[in-house]
Amino acid sequence: MTTTTAASAEPGERTVRKSSPGAARGPRRTGRIKRIGLPYLLLLPALVLELLVHLVPMVIGIVMSFKELTQFYIRDWGTAPWAGFDNYSVSVHFDEPVGEALLHSFFVTIGFTLLSVGLCWLIGTAAAIYMQDTFRGRGILRALFLVPYALPVYAAVITWVFMFQHDNGLVNHVLHDQLHLTDKPSFWLIGDNSFYALLTVSVWKGWPFAFLIVMAGLQNIPGELYEAAALDGAGLWQQLRRITLPSLRPVNQVLVLVLFLWTFNDFNTPFVLFGKTAPEAADLISVHIYQASFVTWNFGTGSAMSVLLLLFLLVVTGVYLLLTSRGRKTADV
Amino acid sequence: MSSTTTHRSPMAPPRSFLWSRRIFLTLLTGFVLVPVYVMVSSSLKPLADVSGKFRWLPSGLTLRPYIDIWSTVPLAKYFANSLIVAGAATICSVVIAVFSAYAVSRYSFRGKRVFTVTVLSTQMFPGILFLLPLFLIYVNIGNATGIALFGSRGGLILTYLTFSLPFSIWMLIGYFDSVPRDLDEAALVDGCGPLGALFRVVVPAAIPGIVAVAVYAFMTAWGEVLFASVMTNDDTRTLAVGLQGYSTLNDVYWNQIMAASLVVSVPVVAGFLLLQRYLVAGLTAGAVK
Repeated sequence: MTTTTAASAEPGERTVRKSSPGAARGPRRTGRIKRIGLPYLLLLPALVLELLVHLVPMVIGIVMSFKELTQFYIRDWGTAPWAGFDNYSVSVHFDEPVGEALLHSFFVTIGFTLLSVGLCWLIGTAAAIYMQDTFRGRGILRALFLVPYALPVYAAVITWVFMFQHDNGLVNHVLHDQLHLTDKPSFWLIGDNSFYALLTVSVWKGWPFAFLIVMAGLQNIPGELYEAAALDGAGLWQQLRRITLPSLRPVNQVLVLVLFLWTFNDFNTPFVLFGKTAPEAADLISVHIYQASFVTWNFGTGSAMSVLLLLFLLVVTGVYLLLTSRGRKTADV
Repeated sequence: MSSTTTHRSPMAPPRSFLWSRRIFLTLLTGFVLVPVYVMVSSSLKPLADVSGKFRWLPSGLTLRPYIDIWSTVPLAKYFANSLIVAGAATICSVVIAVFSAYAVSRYSFRGKRVFTVTVLSTQMFPGILFLLPLFLIYVNIGNATGIALFGSRGGLILTYLTFSLPFSIWMLIGYFDSVPRDLDEAALVDGCGPLGALFRVVVPAAIPGIVAVAVYAFMTAWGEVLFASVMTNDDTRTLAVGLQGYSTLNDVYWNQIMAASLVVSVPVVAGFLLLQRYLVAGLTAGAVK
């Protein structure tokens, strides 16, 4: 019985005395029904909330996507006429304006997400690995690097909005006035440049999370591995390739998935950066759906788009989990 | 878990490594710091300075923006709203997550897998998906019961606490799993009820994870924009929406915007930096298994 040894690690001496052999059957004393019901009781608050705020709205959202839901029916949405698959066919008719815009927004989001996640991962991992050893100022640097992550989105993004201003922004001042890289000051929050503006802000805000997770992952790698490798004559580069990166693999699998979902679904950053209507080059899907619902007042179409987005995310996540779990299995063999 | 736990290779790294590290970390520090510098320096500039061409150094320093921010918009009210909403959402979400994670970590029961998968998968759904249905539900509940959820702080609290809940439960399950089961079994033997075991043994042992979850929940609520901008009215407006008030038709008070941004950021950033080692520890045990 391990109970005794573990209990003796606890401060309470009472525990040690009582957990003599035989008494370990103690939990049985609690009533059977109580024991069976207890986990459900503990889960109840979370369950009720999840139902109210996530699952029921999702079902309603799906129902809404089959309705002709415009602002006229919003007060009493149950009475809105059925639309069948109309909202869906409008959304996926890619040669018509609504569908074309959705498809465009989808590709912008994919490109943006891949670039942003890739850069966040790269910068975060590099920083974590460079800071694996102790050196002077490491603690300060680490705290500093977490600042973008800790800042509230609107405060951080609004600062970037200021920096991207056409006339009085830092970016144009540096690129045009100081470095003379551009013929005339550029617009960053409208037009094609807005994609890069969004990407910059997203990476600035997002990489510290990768840094944090990879740092946590690095702490789990036993130091002996490096010592043994160093004794065998493995250089830093080989240690990185043979020990660090493979050990980080399970961490990275979770990290990349989480970063992907967060970036793909990000609403706050583009919304604060551009407002209710994003420029075409940076028209991320969540803002696009928001605009379809709350600016053009077509909630039915907006819901259909949301459901399509959800299906896409389910498929991507499913495939990703399948691939990574298979990878993990083969790695074990 | 102190910051010095990771020693790596016993031999000194080569010069080339040191140089590449120096260059990389310097560039990265610049990237991180420039917006912070802009925020701080602009908040101390007179309006003429921030309306004209950008300049690295202010022509004169003034604390005026820090005084004016409170009267240009009712910042104190927004601040209080944010504090109430984020605080309440954090407390509720931590308590609920502790119970759920304890159930999942310590008991086997029918539907356990369904529960964890469902909770986790809500993480991946875009917030925009819930916005309109939730708005309708809150309005309906309001009409049926008279409980005002739409436009009230209560509705926002309810919404926010479920946003942080999946991640919190997920992290705490991992954290509770790392607390040796024998410890709370011993407490049960000792005559504690399951809740006694939870609060006397598991919770104290999992404090870093719980702190991490609380920090995360607070930051999520403090920084949320979408629901705050749709679901609040003049009285319940949070900082996320309130900061937009500094741009008027005539003027954009950039110095005040920066001052206000700084003021609303300081509590979270300070709290985060103070507690970040718990967050790292929590992530080690929870998210990163």
